[in-house]
Amino acid sequence: MKELIKKVVETYGPAGNEGRIRELIQKEIAPFVDEMRVDALGNLIALKRGNGSKKLMLAAHMDEIGVMVTHIDKHGFLRFYPVGGLSPLTMLGNRVVFENGTIGVIGAEKLEAQKDLTLNKLFIDIGANSKEEAAAKVGLGDVAAMAREFADLGPRLIAKAMDDRIACAILIEALRAVKQPAYDIYAVFTTQEEVGLRGARVAAYGITPDLGIAVDVTRTGDTPESATMDVSLGKGPTVKIRDSSLICTPAVRKFMEGVAAQNGIQYQLEVLEAGGTDAGAIQLTKGGIPAGVMSIPCRYIHTASEMVDYEDVLNGVKLLTHIMETEFMG
Amino acid sequence: MLLKRLSEAFGPSGCEGDVRNVLLEELSPHVSEWRRDALGNLIAVKPHAKSPRVMLAAHMDECGLMVSSFDRSGLLRFRKVGGLDDRVLISKHVVIGPKKINGIIGAKAIHLQKPEERSQVIPLSGLYIDIGAKSKEDAEKLVKIGDYAVFATEFKPLSETVVSGKSFDNRAGCAILAEILKEDFAVDLFGAFTVQEEIGLRGAGVAAYGIDPDLAIVLEGTTCHDLPPSKEHGYCTTLGGGPAITVMDASVICDKGMIAELLRLAKEHNIPIQFKRSITGGSDGGRINQSREGVPVVVISVPCRYIHSPVSMLSLCDFNHTLHLVRLFLNSIAEGGFTI
Repeated sequence: MKELIKKVVETYGPAGNEGRIRELIQKEIAPFVDEMRVDALGNLIALKRGNGSKKLMLAAHMDEIGVMVTHIDKHGFLRFYPVGGLSPLTMLGNRVVFENGTIGVIGAEKLEAQKDLTLNKLFIDIGANSKEEAAAKVGLGDVAAMAREFADLGPRLIAKAMDDRIACAILIEALRAVKQPAYDIYAVFTTQEEVGLRGARVAAYGITPDLGIAVDVTRTGDTPESATMDVSLGKGPTVKIRDSSLICTPAVRKFMEGVAAQNGIQYQLEVLEAGGTDAGAIQLTKGGIPAGVMSIPCRYIHTASEMVDYEDVLNGVKLLTHIMETEFMG
Repeated sequence: MLLKRLSEAFGPSGCEGDVRNVLLEELSPHVSEWRRDALGNLIAVKPHAKSPRVMLAAHMDECGLMVSSFDRSGLLRFRKVGGLDDRVLISKHVVIGPKKINGIIGAKAIHLQKPEERSQVIPLSGLYIDIGAKSKEDAEKLVKIGDYAVFATEFKPLSETVVSGKSFDNRAGCAILAEILKEDFAVDLFGAFTVQEEIGLRGAGVAAYGIDPDLAIVLEGTTCHDLPPSKEHGYCTTLGGGPAITVMDASVICDKGMIAELLRLAKEHNIPIQFKRSITGGSDGGRINQSREGVPVVVISVPCRYIHSPVSMLSLCDFNHTLHLVRLFLNSIAEGGFTI
């Protein structure tokens, strides 16, 4: 599975620019699904037919955070806005890559003090000597993603865009592994999650599922002097209780816990103070949809080096596969 | 001039009737089918078979004030409707309520202010509207609690190409949409004049749900910031720089295919064009984009200096270029040159 993870995390696809990652996933899942379509917002919606009469929507977002070019100065430096939640602290010195392969490094203006480091003091240097030279490679409105290769540390993995490509990989693997789906499974690889859960909202409207589960990453509290959070790497995927976007439907949470317990899969409960997931948008669709979230614990979220535990990932595949095979009695 | 009429019309969020009436009067010879929904959105329908359903949207509402209580002396206390800057309120003429009563936002004269007061912005709680009433009873005969007020600003040309007036955000968009609706295009066209944008993009969402379009173009009068002491990379849009295309704002990422087509048309027809560089603030595009199963959206704006204040400024060149670009885009859709 590590090969698949490497492929999906390294592929370019910031919010609003998910074309490449979508093509990759389309190829990966084609053998395991019955139908595929792409909607107006670019969501990839795959249907795998099952035995039940109910519809299960599973959502993993394809988009990653990025930076959008807003200005090119006469010396060829680019100014940018964040696409999704970015901290200037983690940007400086990082490399970014545009869809056409152009690489740039993030530099900063002279600062009086380190606390003055804000996003508008940063710029991208693509090695151009003039506005014309820069404009030949990159245009206004173009979006770059973090440029960073996948690192396999054995039990742990580091990459950019683990949020949320690790969930894309898990969903792909679960589609491969599932034997007897208890639902018509709508596996949705969503767009624009990082800018406001936008893809999932319209996808859920079109599908109108009986049950919606998002797969995402969540932060941990297991690093030195970190903020309190009862989630650690290596203790299994989480069953979410709440985040800023939803209180998971209690029956769905219990259902997910039950499936994990029945199959001997280690899991953790997750209470996330800040941050949202696609499930928040799914839950509020039309007259309301029962919704839950399975998260993979992840350190250093929204940086170029997000870390997950490989056992958590494998357990995530197991839990998701069993969810697909177990009917939700709501 | 339609822009003058629209600019001077009374239409804060939730009270867009006067603007609606101006538009109905202006467009009745050109549009035969109208819809008015529960929130007050006005939708002109110009059907055409064998074409995608195209929604054009421009919000009618402007930022304003609402009377919240009376002082015994007959002064009116008020709340803001939409994102007005407290610092621009003092000493402005306003018109209030259905009777269009004249008033002034008063404040203590400088001679009477203590030194520390002079260095501070007077908070909203220290401001009032004076309608010249002698008492509460006197004031209540003219104005009711809940009445809206807007700035009393006359439309004026400043030069051959630059005009000033209130609420170009978004009467500029309304004027362009109205001009488009006077013409005929071989597309299935829904011209939506929306309500309550300034207080949360409220009209556009329900309008889009009702129309169920295949694609949407939002017309706006947007922030133009091209002035000192900002550095050039901090500019938002430039007056006279042509229509401003939004790639992304706080509410929407615009459709790449539609943007590419607008750029192509602009280049082919020598229309100056610019990207809006600020991403703060949302637009009706956000709600339309998120309607039903999702709608591809693009936002095209006329750059307007000093919006959300008593007076704004725009370039008629930008206005005409924006109008022409929209016209070209609709023709491109009609001729099958652009498809989703």
